[in-house]
Amino acid sequence: MFANYMLPTWIAASFLALAAGAIGYFTVIRRSVFAAHALPLSAFPGGAAAVLTGIDPMIGLLGFAFLGVVFVQQSSRLGPKDLAIGLLLSSFLALGALLLSLTGAYAPAVYALLFGEVLGIPHRELLPTAAVSLLVLAVTVLSFRPLLLQSAAADLATICGINRAGMEWLFLGLLAIVTATALPVVGTLLVFTLLVAPAAAAQRLSAHPARAFLISIALAELLVWSAIALSYWSNWPLGFFVGTLGAVLFVVLRGGGLLPSPSGIRARLSRRETSWHHGAGPNSGTRPDG
Amino acid sequence: MPSSSTPAPTEPLLQIENLGVRLGGRQVLEGLDLSLESGVLCGLIGENGAGKTTLLRSILGLQRIASGTIRLAGGSVGKARDLVGYVPQKIAFDPQLPLRTRDLVELGLSGRHFGLPWRRRRYQAATKAALAAVGAEHFADQRLGRLSGGQQQRAVIAHALVREPRLLLLDEPLANLDFRSTTSLVQLLGTLVREHGLTVLVTAHDMNPLLPVLDRLVYLVGGRAATGTVDEVVRPDVLSGLYGYPVTVLRHHGRFLVLPDAPDGPGEMRHAGTELPPPSPREEA
Ligand SMILES: Nc1ncnc2c1ncn2[C@@H]1O[C@H](COP(=O)(O)OP(=O)(O)OP(=O)(O)O)[C@@H](O)[C@H]1O
Ligand SMILES: [Mg+2]
Repeated sequence: MFANYMLPTWIAASFLALAAGAIGYFTVIRRSVFAAHALPLSAFPGGAAAVLTGIDPMIGLLGFAFLGVVFVQQSSRLGPKDLAIGLLLSSFLALGALLLSLTGAYAPAVYALLFGEVLGIPHRELLPTAAVSLLVLAVTVLSFRPLLLQSAAADLATICGINRAGMEWLFLGLLAIVTATALPVVGTLLVFTLLVAPAAAAQRLSAHPARAFLISIALAELLVWSAIALSYWSNWPLGFFVGTLGAVLFVVLRGGGLLPSPSGIRARLSRRETSWHHGAGPNSGTRPDG
Repeated sequence: MPSSSTPAPTEPLLQIENLGVRLGGRQVLEGLDLSLESGVLCGLIGENGAGKTTLLRSILGLQRIASGTIRLAGGSVGKARDLVGYVPQKIAFDPQLPLRTRDLVELGLSGRHFGLPWRRRRYQAATKAALAAVGAEHFADQRLGRLSGGQQQRAVIAHALVREPRLLLLDEPLANLDFRSTTSLVQLLGTLVREHGLTVLVTAHDMNPLLPVLDRLVYLVGGRAATGTVDEVVRPDVLSGLYGYPVTVLRHHGRFLVLPDAPDGPGEMRHAGTELPPPSPREEA
């Protein structure tokens, strides 16, 4: 699976995961997960347009992702934010569908755009992908403190002299870049998982902001590596593994509530006992003790 | 930590003249004057919707004002923003947020700086002092979102204090506190003013818990204010003028109760044609 033709995929995915884990961390802290869902979908018609016109897919994807940023930014003026973003999302998907039908592109191209493709990175895209990912990582690290304060407590950040709109543009801009870069590999519908699942799990693992940030990146790497390996062995789409492994990661590491803790089991047992006592007899005038 | 600073003797720290604020076509504040010197603890008292938060936001430069002037340490609001600490009315941190009390406080100093987020010894020392000042050491390493409301409030106060402001604005800090926490927060505010020389402007809908430490009072009704010491403001003649109908001030064990004058007061008020609602009876322990 480390064959020559797989090498670009491994390298590209490793760089992508750096950026996705970093910006995903802030996506989750800001509770902007909906934007993380909207931007890939808004980039999608860009990919379709590239297929149609033969331009560099990266340009199409980036252009439309930034269009999405503008819409997400302005959406709060239109009404409730999730409502506006939701409508935006469907309209971009619709546009992408139209563009693809115009190209008459054959099914695998469409499929790759939506669900990802292990071999989605040609050799010539390797360097740009790595450079862009490192750039996103660097900018995120250098803006770590202002982004953290602004994301965790917007009001307090404003008082500290942090420009709210500026931070929002910065965040969405970085998110758009990561989205456009990751989309050809992971697929429109699953960029979201790559962004959100490692970050959400990392939050759970550490209360320390910088440590949680590093864990988020590490988990993103783990996620893409295992997805590529499994995809290689099974010949199933990469997106499938990113999506399911991401969900598993989230449930296992984050969903403490889903896995019963010892005290939770004890509480449930005692509750069951109580109800049993209550239903014990028709003349249950006596309550169980304790 | 905040240290007592020497203001220019002639210039009050905060000077508000004839402030007017309109929100959604309504005059929320009108003709408000207030002047605070350093080292004063001032209560901003008013019912829900009286305009307390609006006034604080105006001082912070977050609210566009329709008329009047606000000066901080002799300068404009925008320039003097570093002099002001703010503890907002609604503080809620996501329980999952990977942020401890210590981190929030440190971000008060480091939050606006871009660059590699290394720990700086200077930040850590100041953070420690601010945590100690509000008595937050024992939950310094806990996630903010899992703290009680009162603890989160202390964390935010420490976050404000670490920047060494000269004026601290607190919006309804007593609203969700039980009796013991109320007492200790009021004591903390008193200490900040007496020992660290801060000027504190604190809003509340009930003035009584603050009485032991209040130097000054701004009593807001329908956007207009009466200002002075407690004895100067909480008087039937002053408050009747403010409410626009006669009110009685009862004093009981050092606590105040402001009531419409006659039992049929509200009826009379309607006759008087005033738009102001009757003052709701204040809670008395
Ligand atoms: N964005 C807004 N648009 C229109 N009116 C507003 C806006 N914000 C506040 N108001 C009005 O301004 C008035 C003052 O609001 P403010 O929040 O200052 O009151 P408050 O004294 O802080 O009340 P509370 O004790 O409930 O916090 C209220 O009547 C409110 O309805
Ligand atoms: Mg308020």
